[in-house]
Amino acid sequence: MNKATKTAYGAVVVVLAALVAVAVSSLVLVAIGANPLATFKVILTEPLKDLFGITEILVRSVPLILVALGIAISFRSGILNIGAEGQIQLGIISATLVALFLPDLPKALLLPLALVAGALGGALWGGIAGALKARLGVNEILSTVMLNYIAAQLYSFLLRGPLLDPAEITMGSGTPQSMRFPKAAWLDRIIPGTRLHWGLAVALALAFLVWLLLWRTTIGFKMRAAGAEAKAARYAGVKVERYLLVAMLFAGGFAGLAGAIEATGVHRRAIEGISSGYGFSGIVVALFGGLHPAGIVPAAAFFGLLLLGADMTQRAVGVPANMVLVLQGSIILAIVSARMLANNPYLQDRVGRRLERLLRPRRRATEADLAPEAAASDAAPANSATSATPAPASAAAPAETSDAERGS
Amino acid sequence: MGGEGARITSLGLEGITKRFPGVLACDGVSLDVGEGEVLALVGENGAGKTTLMNILMGLYRPDEGRILLNGVEQRFRSPSDAFAAGIGMVHQHFMLVPNLTVTENVALGMRSAHRGLRLDMKAVRRRIAEVSERHGLPVQAEAYVWQLSVGEQQRVELVKTLCLGARFLILDEPTSALTPQETDELIALLKHMTRELSVIFISHKLHEVKALSDTVTILRQGRVVFRGRTADHSPADLAALMTGHEVVLPCNACADECGKPLLVARDLKVRGDRGHLALDGLELELRSGEILGLAGVSGNGQRELAEAINGLRRIESGSIELAGEAIANLGPEEVIAKGMGYIPEDRNTEGIVPSFSIKENLVLKDFGTPAFSRASFLRLGAIDGNAEALKERFDIRCPSTKTAAGSLSGGNIQKVILARELARGPKALVAVYPTRGLDMGAEEYIHNQLLARRCEGVGILLISEELEEIMNLSDRIAVIYKGRVLAVIPGKDATKARLGMLMAGVVDE
Repeated sequence: MNKATKTAYGAVVVVLAALVAVAVSSLVLVAIGANPLATFKVILTEPLKDLFGITEILVRSVPLILVALGIAISFRSGILNIGAEGQIQLGIISATLVALFLPDLPKALLLPLALVAGALGGALWGGIAGALKARLGVNEILSTVMLNYIAAQLYSFLLRGPLLDPAEITMGSGTPQSMRFPKAAWLDRIIPGTRLHWGLAVALALAFLVWLLLWRTTIGFKMRAAGAEAKAARYAGVKVERYLLVAMLFAGGFAGLAGAIEATGVHRRAIEGISSGYGFSGIVVALFGGLHPAGIVPAAAFFGLLLLGADMTQRAVGVPANMVLVLQGSIILAIVSARMLANNPYLQDRVGRRLERLLRPRRRATEADLAPEAAASDAAPANSATSATPAPASAAAPAETSDAERGS
Repeated sequence: MGGEGARITSLGLEGITKRFPGVLACDGVSLDVGEGEVLALVGENGAGKTTLMNILMGLYRPDEGRILLNGVEQRFRSPSDAFAAGIGMVHQHFMLVPNLTVTENVALGMRSAHRGLRLDMKAVRRRIAEVSERHGLPVQAEAYVWQLSVGEQQRVELVKTLCLGARFLILDEPTSALTPQETDELIALLKHMTRELSVIFISHKLHEVKALSDTVTILRQGRVVFRGRTADHSPADLAALMTGHEVVLPCNACADECGKPLLVARDLKVRGDRGHLALDGLELELRSGEILGLAGVSGNGQRELAEAINGLRRIESGSIELAGEAIANLGPEEVIAKGMGYIPEDRNTEGIVPSFSIKENLVLKDFGTPAFSRASFLRLGAIDGNAEALKERFDIRCPSTKTAAGSLSGGNIQKVILARELARGPKALVAVYPTRGLDMGAEEYIHNQLLARRCEGVGILLISEELEEIMNLSDRIAVIYKGRVLAVIPGKDATKARLGMLMAGVVDE
């Protein structure tokens, strides 16, 4: 099995995973009496038909990129952050407070201040879970999920109480939302007439910076080492606990920023349901993007498409937009299983042989030229089997490309 | 399932060839094992032994060649096919569920005990009793696997494999995780069992091969280089065939110059993971330019000592000094900065970050120094250059320095660790079981490196259970027993018998 077939194997696994996800969602669609084919067609093509659709996809991808970047940092550092949803809400609250209580500042000051406040608010929320984990060993999955509930209640309370727009009381409509931000706290639109705002540029710039951070700096090296093998990192003098906290501060900060950008760029006020599940979808985007910025950006665009497309199915084929959650769920399952398959050297070998036979039946004659390279005895699956992973089930780390290589 | 019925009178592999990208793992390998025979399959790490056995077990399909069982060609598509034919494999790393009992572990694979939704535990127990009786393999059927020592777990693996109906055993480096005592016990057990079973015994420890096998087949870089009767050849001959050159494990023959005390531990008390005092008033003095061997049965405080010295475990009381500076209870990064080198016991998950590339692992401790980073940015060029230089200097065999370190063989992983620790120019080095599970070529290499550093003035604390290793290399030998150093004797005065007594806690007056 050579490099080409290896790539082909990877591609086959991805395509299969996608097909499985589609198949599972189709089952559910059929169960609710919808036409899967029509539904998928709407989801995948309808949003791309005009400028409005494309800008809306990008609008949705901005918070997804930001949240997913934070998730990638935390997952790479060995801490599973499920609390982005709460961190987003804290980010919105902080940005709102700054925007509403300092309305007289000039734009050059107020807008950055609001965004930074949002990031800090999210970082605070993430930092709580990080500190609990680092100091007391509290499971971060539990703490972040619980903090989500607290954040949701806090957000709800503030929007119905102290931060409720006075106009809502006088009008008597009582929609839980804050006052409109002063113009100085608005993130400008890139294309007038659409909702596409400059947050996209911020997100893309940060994607690049996260890549730099993780793969080009000593901090990133320590964080990745701590996440990949805490024992070895500790041995090498990395203060693992400290970097767990740092990772959670980053993760929370990115989620908080996502919230602040969503508030200042799209709604221009804090409203209920503003995050619409970005905190959870962001996890899927991060995993789908291979926990790497270069994968996260396209993955976020794809999920932006899915989210928008799912909104459209409601009108076009009468399928509830929540169906997109089913699709997300099946995608997660498919990815996780695909990872297992992709990392199994025995299966890889087997499929590789099949592919080879299919692709180049005449290869056999020239195969001998591979042999002389055999001097280095330690390549690929031969050895992952010798040294660490005798059985297929436990074949966790075959000779896959290392982090660094993927990073560069 | 074949049950007890079908006998295996012969098993043959004919011209097995298996290619991986850029590597010919097996090149026309043929083997032959008759009934009741023990074949030792010998070769260095990466010689293709395990690949060959994975082919036999149906995990890999060979590119060429065939498998013959009783003269009939077989096509095993998965391990269960091989199992159905009566071939059972005991892997190097145990395949047991720690929080199930021994009986439950056996029941997992015993299809005959699964009756619909019900599991016939009585039948499983009966079968275990029968097998352990027949082969002289005592196991505690009701104990949880996590409660058992490594040696006992090994026996459970054997019993499990036999209970599932194996009549032909493949043992993949069965002694690599065992202590010397456990190894001796296992060899005795296997000798007993081979009266009824055919065995392929994979190893690179030649005295075990001599003790156990009838015939031996030696693989080198995927080829059979030797086939013959074990009795006719000395371990030295076999070692030379295995590595392709004469193997002489080096001895410490340098003149006895005493340096100044370098690493000194006084009245050291340290708690182990279970809260007991693992080190209880330990006294130790390592001088520069010497190798101090620390002999002892594992579990007498060696791990805790190494961790306490390297800042990975807090000490209760006492002191540790490196070149006159107190290092007790400093963080690992501070101890590293003071010039301590450490080859940890667990090379796969502590000595390296397995998913990191070789070049990253080679700067695991030093990426923050000006040599490899500037203003927090990694200097990738310098890191690459460092890796290429060390790869050459320490003969690390790898497809490229970008390869994930975890995919290397044990010997090469150890070379990566050694390269990193030695290239940093440490004042003192703590080496814990540095050659455990390695083949002779790698062992020879590592011993030579340690001796070379000693002559450069590095003080080396060599923690090992292999008496031969300790006696060959050490200037002085300290024996650790229940968290204390019982005695320190000059290396040249040490005998196996005396060390053995001390390791058992017997102090001769």
